[in-house]
Amino acid sequence: MTPIRIAFLGLTDAAVLIAAREKGFAQAEGISLDLVRDTSWATLRDRLVYGQVQAAHMLAPLALAVTLGLSQQPCGLSAPYKLNVNGNLLVMAPEFAAALEPDTSARLNDPLATAYDFASAIGLHHRKPIIGVVHRFSSHALILRYFLASAGVDPDRDVILRVLPPSLMVEAMRAGEIDGFTAGEPWGSGAIGAGLAEAVAASERLWQRGVEKVLTFRTDWMESKADTVDALLRALAKAALWCDDPANRAELALILSASVYVDQPIDLIGRALSGQIVARRGEAPVDLPDFVLFAREATPFPWQSQALWIYSQLVRWHMVEPSEDAQARAAAVFRPDVYRRALAASDSPMPGASMKVEGSLDAPLAIGGRKGAITLGPDRFFDGRSFDPDRIEAYLSSFQVKR
Amino acid sequence: MRIVIIDDSGARASVLEEGLRDAGYDDIHVVPPRGAFVARLERMAPDVVLMDLGNPSRDTLEEMLVVSRALAKPIAMFVDQSDDSMIGAAIDAGVSAYVVDGLRKERVKPILDLAIRRFNAFARMQTELDDARTQLADRKTIDRAKAILMSSRGLSEPDAYALLRTTAMNQGKKMVDVAAALITASDLLGGML
Repeated sequence: MTPIRIAFLGLTDAAVLIAAREKGFAQAEGISLDLVRDTSWATLRDRLVYGQVQAAHMLAPLALAVTLGLSQQPCGLSAPYKLNVNGNLLVMAPEFAAALEPDTSARLNDPLATAYDFASAIGLHHRKPIIGVVHRFSSHALILRYFLASAGVDPDRDVILRVLPPSLMVEAMRAGEIDGFTAGEPWGSGAIGAGLAEAVAASERLWQRGVEKVLTFRTDWMESKADTVDALLRALAKAALWCDDPANRAELALILSASVYVDQPIDLIGRALSGQIVARRGEAPVDLPDFVLFAREATPFPWQSQALWIYSQLVRWHMVEPSEDAQARAAAVFRPDVYRRALAASDSPMPGASMKVEGSLDAPLAIGGRKGAITLGPDRFFDGRSFDPDRIEAYLSSFQVKR
Repeated sequence: MRIVIIDDSGARASVLEEGLRDAGYDDIHVVPPRGAFVARLERMAPDVVLMDLGNPSRDTLEEMLVVSRALAKPIAMFVDQSDDSMIGAAIDAGVSAYVVDGLRKERVKPILDLAIRRFNAFARMQTELDDARTQLADRKTIDRAKAILMSSRGLSEPDAYALLRTTAMNQGKKMVDVAAALITASDLLGGML
């Protein structure tokens, strides 16, 4: 047995790692998986960078930021496997949400209209709304900025973004320290269940196949332990299939609810897994079948175009000085080559390309893969724009709110 | 040198503060990580910030360090990245330290060493306290089981104790587990044992 320690935060989207341990997928590949629960991204990052763990359940933008030297000690990180796509909610206090479309299903399904309503609601609010985000380098914060800016809201001027760990969001709502927040599940559903908030947007409706958590290694460690990395990826691919199977949802929710993992009620965790999102306390759930994906449609494949989309957002919000070097290093954090090597002999879908135009699919599309056709899901951004990784400058200059 | 300890465990903060005062540092402040604590911290303009690695508010603190216009000098974690063994020891002990840019290594090292020792000592104290509590609870359980055996089977106290012990040995269990099972059974049978 090869021991591997992986740090994670208590979130529903750590499911694949947890299932790999609890359902024996890691053991079957000869890996003794030790999962280390953390409560802040800073500590998870430090454990990885300083070698206390060999891998981490990391926010994809944070993996880029550490590599580019934007988040404390610089360290080359690599992400050969995506642990999920989508899975976050933006929720706001009922008082603020009263100015939005009252029909929550319509509200969630038309994010562009909701963004304009949101802009009006800011004007009606008695002060700048304070919105909790989990980290500046999180997909949540980047997509929230995009969402707000699409209606002319400057996220650095017209609202206050306050960084709080996911586990403290609900208490901060209760104490009135924030007016809303965006976080991974089950924290949005937790605030809704407590009557403290309503759902305003679901990440799956903002970018239909949005990159979220990635399995991250220190590049030097990953390069020196190819066999171990390959075995781990094979175990995760099997665990992801198990997690995506509707027949296993109840058991998965039960496993995740344990105090050593997410430590939240089973029914709250089950909402994200089944895509049945209760948007306002007491209402029937809104059906969002793609709310979080673990395996379907080659979800784990680390498209380098998605790393570059993150890079484009870091440039857009002046978090990184644009340069060819930074762009190349950002793209290289995602490692489709390692994914292909590890899963070559498996049944995992294997795209032939490493980049694609993001946001160009309205409907599922079958593409050629190295082992037969793969179906890619619709991947639209809420404003209809598409991102061509070869034309980043043109993409960025198309936005009105640039800062 | 102004040192701020961010901690919501009063006991650990006092242990650390006391150690720092004994070592001759006198500008020490303890700030619990609640509400608008970063605004308070910003006004204090600390040279060194010490925080428990397990504290969920570290992301909030780091964000303030990035965006603050009030702090004259940037603050980063672990001033000297070359000292891997000290960083390792700090992370093992659960210490994170943020230090203003330009503070010399010789001035920071003693503070970090002290924090590591105090954090470790506190963790040991906590473990010992937990052990003591468990022992006390175990003894109470065994005493109750003994009392049940003495009244239901007319045994003397040493005989009741010996019976519990041999049963535990024969079943390969801990004595407290056998005692707890006996108490449960006795409760279920309404004191008929």
